[in-house]
Amino acid sequence: MMSGTVVDSSSPTAAAPDDISGSVLELDEDEDLEVFSKDTNFMDGSSLNTSMQTSPGSMVNQYKFEEEEEQSDTKDIFVTVDNPESHVTAIETFITYRVLTKTTRSEFDSSEYEVRRRYQDFFWLKCKLEEAHPTLIVPPLPEKFVMKGMVERFNNDFIETRKKALHKFLNRIADHPILSCSEDFKVFLTAQAWELASHKKQGPGFLSRMGDTVRAVAATVRGVRNRPEEFNAIQDYVEAFSQKMTSMDKITQRIIKEQKEYLEEMKECGPIYTLWSGSEEELVEPLKMMASCLDRCCRDSEEHTQYLSSNLLPILHEYVLSTETLKAVLRRRDNIQAEFEAKNEALATKKTDSEAESKMLSLAWDSLVGKDPDEIRQQKQQKHKGEIKELKEEIDKLEDKLEWANNTLKGDWSRWQKSMRSDLKAAFTYTAEKNMEYYEKCLAVWESFLLSQRTEASEGGDRDES
Amino acid sequence: EETLLWLRGCGPRDMVEKGTTLLKRMEISVAEAEKRTGKNAVSMQETYTVYLIETRAVDAASEGANPAPDSLWRRYSEFELLRNYLLVTYPFVVVPPLPEKRAEFVWHKLSADNMDPDFVERRRVGLENFLLRVASHPVLSNDNIFYSFLTQEQSWKEVVFETGFQAKADSRLKALNATFRVKNPDKRFAEMKHYGDELQSVISQLLRVRARVADRLYGVYKVHGNYGRVFSEWSAIEKEMGDGLQSAGHHMDAYAASVDDILEEEEHYADQLKEYLFYTEALRAVCRKHELCQFELEMAAQDLTSKKQQREELATGTVRTFSLKGMTSKLFGQETPEQREAKLKTLETQIEDGEEMVKEKNAECEEFVKNAWVDIERFKEQKDRDLKEALISYAIMQISMCKKGIQVWSNAKECFSKM
Repeated sequence: MMSGTVVDSSSPTAAAPDDISGSVLELDEDEDLEVFSKDTNFMDGSSLNTSMQTSPGSMVNQYKFEEEEEQSDTKDIFVTVDNPESHVTAIETFITYRVLTKTTRSEFDSSEYEVRRRYQDFFWLKCKLEEAHPTLIVPPLPEKFVMKGMVERFNNDFIETRKKALHKFLNRIADHPILSCSEDFKVFLTAQAWELASHKKQGPGFLSRMGDTVRAVAATVRGVRNRPEEFNAIQDYVEAFSQKMTSMDKITQRIIKEQKEYLEEMKECGPIYTLWSGSEEELVEPLKMMASCLDRCCRDSEEHTQYLSSNLLPILHEYVLSTETLKAVLRRRDNIQAEFEAKNEALATKKTDSEAESKMLSLAWDSLVGKDPDEIRQQKQQKHKGEIKELKEEIDKLEDKLEWANNTLKGDWSRWQKSMRSDLKAAFTYTAEKNMEYYEKCLAVWESFLLSQRTEASEGGDRDES
Repeated sequence: EETLLWLRGCGPRDMVEKGTTLLKRMEISVAEAEKRTGKNAVSMQETYTVYLIETRAVDAASEGANPAPDSLWRRYSEFELLRNYLLVTYPFVVVPPLPEKRAEFVWHKLSADNMDPDFVERRRVGLENFLLRVASHPVLSNDNIFYSFLTQEQSWKEVVFETGFQAKADSRLKALNATFRVKNPDKRFAEMKHYGDELQSVISQLLRVRARVADRLYGVYKVHGNYGRVFSEWSAIEKEMGDGLQSAGHHMDAYAASVDDILEEEEHYADQLKEYLFYTEALRAVCRKHELCQFELEMAAQDLTSKKQQREELATGTVRTFSLKGMTSKLFGQETPEQREAKLKTLETQIEDGEEMVKEKNAECEEFVKNAWVDIERFKEQKDRDLKEALISYAIMQISMCKKGIQVWSNAKECFSKM
């Protein structure tokens, strides 16, 4: 899993107020910088300015990507999800999973934690992370519901699959340089049930959340005008990749299904040979051997199909889900840009307004109400200047926010791509190996059959090579 | 000693014994198949297939001269006629079966159509196999009609019909009747019949399952072709991974395509099983013939006994057994001595004939049992050999399939590692 070193060149509080949740404030900045930055240039005081003074160019330099080997050296938090348990209450039945954490990070009071969490809690965590980091690629969660096929929520396979996916989810977060520092993540891993519940109730109030939503909707409606080409490219890629992954997922499911059906039929062969051997004399041995070989091949096939189900399929599925996340991240970035563009437009409008306004109608009105035109004009101009200044400040903030968003996204995108390549390469390679293994096992089975049946000479040389 | 040898263009199942007459002297093959159209018995246009039978004297070939073989064309129906003739003429022989008339135990890909080229090809091989088996049979290979079948282009059918074999055929009803009513059949034949039933049942089951397995296997391989397509499309949007994906995709396509050959080979195994499936019918026919013989013997003996009894009664005047005649004579008065004398004379003659009949039937039966059992032993040995070979060739096929699979996935793995 690739990690990037992402340095908040500003202090955590310097980013646009709505983006970073209050929790990031609690990080010790020096420690943060130490852990993540290989480039000591950024440990100077200027990085602690409350506004982002650094240029976009230098911000891009902050994203340094360490090799995987270094990552494993610096991996200091290990999470496992296991031990699903069913809970029955008067209202509902649900499953909790045990989440075990082992860490050496100093933000954690202890080095080991054991808590129980249910799916809802994971979902909450994902939402909080997305809220706090709208343009970071938060790992995907397994689906809430499974629509296809009558899969019960409490079917063992379903629980097992979900458990593994949840484990993946937490580990990807733990490996992410920014996300793993999230306070919500820490609370998720460490808090007891009641603590978690109470923590969930905190956070930006209802009205502020509403404000966010309204702005987001407005931005979506407005649409972005000048999306930078690189984001267009990413969008196109994500679209195509999403299709490919969905296909891969479907194809793999189909292969598993066909193999299972093949196995069902194959299983019937062995018993027939055994039955046959009961009628024979000379042929008893070969027939029994046939039956035994077929049974062994069946077992090998079963193992192989199991591998596909529990290893290849989940990773493909995870990447299908992650394309949804990617699309959402791109949308959020677009919204930020849209907001920025809207404000710019507002400013432009205001500026042209100020010229027009000093003329005609309002002068006419004001003189009607008996005010001194010059005074009025001056007042208006003052007010105008003030409004423009305010707008400009807001625009600056939004510009910074946009740059920040763009850069975090680009950085995380690069990180995601590396992960994807490495994960899928490993998955496919391992699948190929497993396929080879299956055939090698079957080969051995049939060669043992030949060995047991071979008599000398009379069977002719042609059959020695196969 | 038997020397097992490879015959032209065929696999292990076509090994036949070479200790026999005709095959020693003559090479036989069914070289080709062709479509013909013509008018049939009811003057309707029909399309049918003919098969080219080629024969060549063995010594001619071995001298290195390599003369052109003699050849003639025969239809499937003529093969059937030949076989029916052999069945009737040599009832104590387990007569080799013909390949199936219609494709059965098919899985979805194979056409059940008799005109399908794959079916025709497999039938050609089956017909050749039939001829080779007959030609290597110690008894059948010496038959003139068989020889004519191979060599006489014109009027062979007339010659067959002239033998009048059809009249000699036992009616189905007669045979069935005998099966139910026979009292003391040779135990060995009863066991053989039972074995034939079991073998038929088990091979049928195997063939059915095999067809389903083939269908599933086809599905598994073909779906991988989709990987090929998606990898190819996907490689277009990737930079680093593009080449690896693209070439892996080709291997997936190759993998998907490889199943066609694999299943084609597996058909051979199915054909070997089918031959023995059809052999069970021939085996049962021999057992039924024995039952018939035995039954006829028993009937003749029973008839003789009853006639002897009648004679005794007539001579002594006592009625041992209830008979209508006895009753009527009691009711309506005794016969005159002249009538009795006449009757006795008739009975004597009948008894003499009857004794002859029993002797004959007995001899027939014994002869039949002897010959049939020889052939059954021969058949058993052949069956054990052939089926063992079939199992071995199945294993070899599986090995070949596994090796192909390993190769493809090893190639794919290399491509993935370059991703």
